[in-house]
Amino acid sequence: MAVGAFADRGADLELVGIEKRFPGFTAIENLNLTIPAGSFFALLGPSGCGKTTTLRLVAGLEEPTSGRILIAGADVTNRKSFQRPVNTVFQSYALFPHMTVLENVAFGLRRRKIAGPVAKAHEALLLVELDHLAHRKPQQLSGGQQQRVALARAIVNRPALLLLDEPLGALDLKLRRQMQLELKTIQEEVGLTFLHVTHDQEEAMTMADTIAVMNKGRIEQMGEPQQLYELPKTSFVANFLGQSNLFTGPVVSTTSTAIAVDVSGQKIVVPLERAHRVSGEVTIGVRPEKVILHAEAPVQDTGRNVLGPGRVIDVSFSGVSTQYLVDVPGVGTLVVFAQNMVFGPAAHVGASCWLSWNVVHGFGLDDDPAQSPRFEADLDTKTIAQQRRSSLLTELEEA
Amino acid sequence: MKLSLGKWLLPAYSALALLFLMIPIGYTFVYSFNDSLKSNITWQGFTLDKWRGVCNVQNGAVCQAFGNSLFIGVVATVIATTFGTMIAIAIVRYRFKFRSQTSLLLFLPMATPEVVLGAGLAAQFLSVGVPKDMLTIILAHTMFCISFVVVTVKARVASLDPALEEAGRDLYGSAAQVFARITFPLLLPGILAAALLSFALSFDDFIITNFNSGAVSTFPKYIYISAARGIPAEANVLASAVFIIAIIVVVTVQVAGAAKARRLARLS
Repeated sequence: MAVGAFADRGADLELVGIEKRFPGFTAIENLNLTIPAGSFFALLGPSGCGKTTTLRLVAGLEEPTSGRILIAGADVTNRKSFQRPVNTVFQSYALFPHMTVLENVAFGLRRRKIAGPVAKAHEALLLVELDHLAHRKPQQLSGGQQQRVALARAIVNRPALLLLDEPLGALDLKLRRQMQLELKTIQEEVGLTFLHVTHDQEEAMTMADTIAVMNKGRIEQMGEPQQLYELPKTSFVANFLGQSNLFTGPVVSTTSTAIAVDVSGQKIVVPLERAHRVSGEVTIGVRPEKVILHAEAPVQDTGRNVLGPGRVIDVSFSGVSTQYLVDVPGVGTLVVFAQNMVFGPAAHVGASCWLSWNVVHGFGLDDDPAQSPRFEADLDTKTIAQQRRSSLLTELEEA
Repeated sequence: MKLSLGKWLLPAYSALALLFLMIPIGYTFVYSFNDSLKSNITWQGFTLDKWRGVCNVQNGAVCQAFGNSLFIGVVATVIATTFGTMIAIAIVRYRFKFRSQTSLLLFLPMATPEVVLGAGLAAQFLSVGVPKDMLTIILAHTMFCISFVVVTVKARVASLDPALEEAGRDLYGSAAQVFARITFPLLLPGILAAALLSFALSFDDFIITNFNSGAVSTFPKYIYISAARGIPAEANVLASAVFIIAIIVVVTVQVAGAAKARRLARLS
């Protein structure tokens, strides 16, 4: 698409063998990615995983060390930022403080000499319901309003590809929900290709059609949100996208439909089609909400895995559900989420209990346990939130 | 007891300090109306003649010196502000060899005693064989003004979010357009402040000028020389005029700024 024309629809984005090295570290190594036109794609990962660098490479704000970037089949690797049919909603919004909201939105249209920039800017502002504030300066708007202006300023150009750099990070929960919905609606209305970068797994899961989980400059796993959640491939994905109970042990028997793993003397069965590795030492797991807490030893059933007896070591109530931490001797600590179907917790700290889950809910990871230790100290969302908080605090202190 | 002491001590102290600062200005202003002949030390009576015929005395030497100072100030400011702004942007935005050393070197003219700087420059001009005139003064002033411009503009560039320029590029702005429409307007307050500072420093400078001016007279130099035999009241007239113009400019800017702030506050 030439500069000076609107994109009729979203375009495919293709990254081929992208590598980006900065002095001292490699931000991205050998990244291959195809995002089909019209899709809402999320790059999810902790800070420093290379997701923002990927976005900046696509926008043309950084140059790849090697590899090619193609938009709608055309190689744009050597094109400057202003020559690419791409627009970005920046994390800090980056609204021009010396211009009114309207001038901000019309900026891109004016640079490309598109006819009737003011009318088109008003249209875009109507879409985000801010046309009545068109003549204000950005600093007179609230955070949520600024975010919507940033969005209008990008989509008014009808880019083939819209890049979103954690655009909801600074908003409070209620506003976030509203904006998530709005973004999704706009994406469906205008049919653009969205590339959304975030560290918030919930945001990625509710909005994106496809998620790529990124870690240390590599894509760990890519797929639909539900598929990623129900069948994670690596321990990083299992712990970054929600929580997981993971166990490591040797495969002791294999049937035509399942494998059995010996975890400290207790046998756990995983369906064959849900296991990425079927021999030797393997890591298997189950999501906390799939596990049921029993006060007494449940009746043996070939369809269920049973662990126990264990002891409840922590109970935390969070309204809809209660989280139990259960220590099973020899196996470790397991997390269990239970819906609050009755008033009050079903078990108290110190109570002995058994755990069970349907065999089909288990999954087997592709990780080699010898290489990645059990319960690898990779960052989960909670740790990231804490890190983010502490980094913000130090930033505040420095300022 | 302690509270009441604090209540009057601070205002009294402030008033005294202000008075102390204002006396010389008040004196200069009042004596610009003195009906003096040669020396302007004792009060001879009120007249407006000195204001009306400010350029008549000594064949217009006062006005000549004043005009020279204005010219030097404007030229040195334009050159220093242009180069200083470019240097400031380069130092903050780009990584290059000897970047921190450049930054440090730019501080030196501000830290060096003016006498040393003036004498050093004079020696340089002499050894290179450049005759001392208007050009050497402008060169000297440009040199020390650049440092002040760089320091002032650098702070402004550092506080400018690079994402704004990136957004400009992302929104189809070429490098030149991004500079003209985003970088420059956002740096403008800093650049203007730097220009004002440069002009004030250049207009005011005596020591470095005295070393490098040769036969050319500037306003501070004229005052210094005539101080030996009595400064004519015309010098007071010009000094007072500069002061009044400066006050008018500052007040206008402040009032306009306050009006704009009120307008913005009403909007939101």
